[in-house]
Amino acid sequence: MALLQITEPGQALDPHQRKRAAGIDLGTTNSLIASVRGGVTEALPDMEGECLMPSVVRYAEGETIVGREALDMARKDPLNTIISVKRMMGRGIDDLLSLGVRLPYEFASSDSGMPRIKTVSGDMSPVEVSAEIVKKLVGRAVASLAGDLDGIVLTVPAYFDEAQRQATKDAATIAGVEVLRLLNEPTAAAVAYGLDTGSDGVVAVYDLGGGTFDISLLRLNKGVFEVLSTGGNSSLGGDDFDQKIAEWVIGQSGFEGQISPVQFRSLMLKARETKELLSESDAARVDIETEGLSFSGELSRLQFEQAIQPLLEESIKACRRAVRDAGLDLSDIDNVILVGGSTRVPAVRRAAGSYFQTEPLSNIDPDKVVAIGAAAQANQLVGNKPDEEMLLLDVLPLSLGLETMGGLTEKIIHRNTPIPVTLAQEFTTYKDGQTAMLVHVVQGERELVADCRSLARFELQGIPPMVAGAAKIQVVFQVDADGLLSVSATELSSGVAARVEVKPSYGLDEEEITSMLKDSFTYAEADAQSRMLNEARVEAGRVIEALGNALAADGEELLSAEEIWLLQEAMKRLESLAEQDDAAAINTGVEMVGKASEEFAGLRMDASVRQALAGHKIDELEEGTN
Amino acid sequence: MDFKQDYFEIFQLPRTFDLDLGELGERFRLLQKSVHPDKFSSATSKEKMLSMQWATQINAAYTTLKSALPRAVYLLGLEGTDLSDNPILDPVFLMEQIDLREQLEEIEQLEGPVSTLDEFKVEVKSVVQSLERDFASSYSGGDQAKAEQAVYKLQFMNKLLLAANTVEEKLLDY
Repeated sequence: MALLQITEPGQALDPHQRKRAAGIDLGTTNSLIASVRGGVTEALPDMEGECLMPSVVRYAEGETIVGREALDMARKDPLNTIISVKRMMGRGIDDLLSLGVRLPYEFASSDSGMPRIKTVSGDMSPVEVSAEIVKKLVGRAVASLAGDLDGIVLTVPAYFDEAQRQATKDAATIAGVEVLRLLNEPTAAAVAYGLDTGSDGVVAVYDLGGGTFDISLLRLNKGVFEVLSTGGNSSLGGDDFDQKIAEWVIGQSGFEGQISPVQFRSLMLKARETKELLSESDAARVDIETEGLSFSGELSRLQFEQAIQPLLEESIKACRRAVRDAGLDLSDIDNVILVGGSTRVPAVRRAAGSYFQTEPLSNIDPDKVVAIGAAAQANQLVGNKPDEEMLLLDVLPLSLGLETMGGLTEKIIHRNTPIPVTLAQEFTTYKDGQTAMLVHVVQGERELVADCRSLARFELQGIPPMVAGAAKIQVVFQVDADGLLSVSATELSSGVAARVEVKPSYGLDEEEITSMLKDSFTYAEADAQSRMLNEARVEAGRVIEALGNALAADGEELLSAEEIWLLQEAMKRLESLAEQDDAAAINTGVEMVGKASEEFAGLRMDASVRQALAGHKIDELEEGTN
Repeated sequence: MDFKQDYFEIFQLPRTFDLDLGELGERFRLLQKSVHPDKFSSATSKEKMLSMQWATQINAAYTTLKSALPRAVYLLGLEGTDLSDNPILDPVFLMEQIDLREQLEEIEQLEGPVSTLDEFKVEVKSVVQSLERDFASSYSGGDQAKAEQAVYKLQFMNKLLLAANTVEEKLLDY
């Protein structure tokens, strides 16, 4: 969705301008933003010098507070202070309850099943809450980079499904910033390590955050980061460790009765404190007094480790499956990288180290490593040329399929398939004379549709009546490099077709996003027309720059002088259009240049493919595979 | 973009079953380096579309060629062979299959231990390897019928391995 312009119209036309890009790690507990400045990739601190910002949003009368200040108010005002919102992203209210996540909020009913949290500022969806966190971080980057951002890379747990990914992307859109790419957190961490050490091999990234666990196996080879497999559990994290401590405290205190929101928040904050103490010492004192629930005692590290043992085993199971899916043996894995604040818990380090039979690496701050990797990729995607070019080749984390007769799932694309990918499968009708077919797209590994995630439903109508089994309906799944899916269905004999960009349930629709954008403070004054004009100019600038670069690089080799002249004329016309105030005319100009350069684009791509293997000698290969 | 190229031509590798997988991986990465959509994030929409198509095609080619069974099926497809859904297999092989299935069921019923399942998988994989060698020699020797038989057997073994993985997931409660 291209709704917002990022740079001033004039700036985008200057090809030599270094672009501003950032990587954002939107964590369950903490979030942060990083950027490449003067060749160094680093996390950006706030005014107090803190890089980590608690992922907490407090809605107060007339204002919205984000970060540390909001967290400080969590005990006093639990209903208006939203913590761990990431656990709610892309999930329906029923999902949340079935996960057993304790949420001390009041929910408003909504038609879509998407949770809306009641606050003093109105009902808020998790996407809007996350957008506040993104906005705050972007503000920090704008201040320290002295200018608006051209784009960001936003990280998500590798194990996030379509709905969770889309919700995360929507949050950035509402915050008014262009998302260059959604990047999987473990992949981002591997990038940071790979660029840091420059060494090749197979690495396992064990990423235990506040609310999610991810395991990814990657092969690093001369700047190419190839994800071999990924797995995890999108509801396992440090929050669950806290929960174990809280349960222990409740049990010890002898308190019986309903835990109130204030008690819950106090318990969880105390639990987190205790957990952090136990990473440093063998025992921790726990003193708590909240609304009649009181306890004073000591928790030993051993007791704590016994309590979280089942959670650690869950994480190791996921590792085992990821190793199997990658077709690797444990001995093939050269290094294990620890990511996420929860890997500071010594029992976690031990569990990862003992399973992978190697001492895990954590020499880059596990809280910052994801944002740093994301910033490096953002810098490259936005068009700045870094010293070391890299390429990330990712996979689909969860299988995608369709519902067939009897509520069964037919997998179309299996998990861990490299993306982008396009796959087609043929289906047929069940009844004589059937003229419509419901296409129900699901995600997950289980056999029954009921156990998988429902992503979208659409109907293919107008199938010519035939006997059962005679119609041939081809369903095509296409997943792009962001991991986002589109599905189309065609009846092959008649050519009747239907197509959807999959917009998962519990997401926001375009209208909601647009209206949230309008409501958003930053853009309240911007009037739609001038925004459209600016967008058109930015796009014109982008096209002129791209084609100019392409002509400079390959024009003389691939085109005749006349063809070059024609393209240059088209660019000149667009340049002069961009100086005028007619958005529609500029857009037409952009289209004309696009059309005129289509053949050139094809020639360039073919040439580049030929070139890729042309200079490739056998001895180089042998060196590369060592 | 030339969609008439077969998967071996895409990588400029000889059309053979005995592929150097290290070299295949190397060429895969080189090609993706030149076509992947990330390299075209500020390009024209036509270039973006071409880049997406190429990256998709190269992924499909790589996924097919890097594993033995899909590679074998693909090779036979290039020769114009239509594989049967209900092949006739020799009785000795079928008896072995029944035996292996029974072993797997037993492991499932006894609920482990997982090490027994691991041993079972090692056994199955050694059968798979010898079938792959059968295929390689029949295919390179031009014995179409024998190559086809090897593929049918490999398909059986592949299904068995998938079933073993399902049992593993049950045992480990993934």
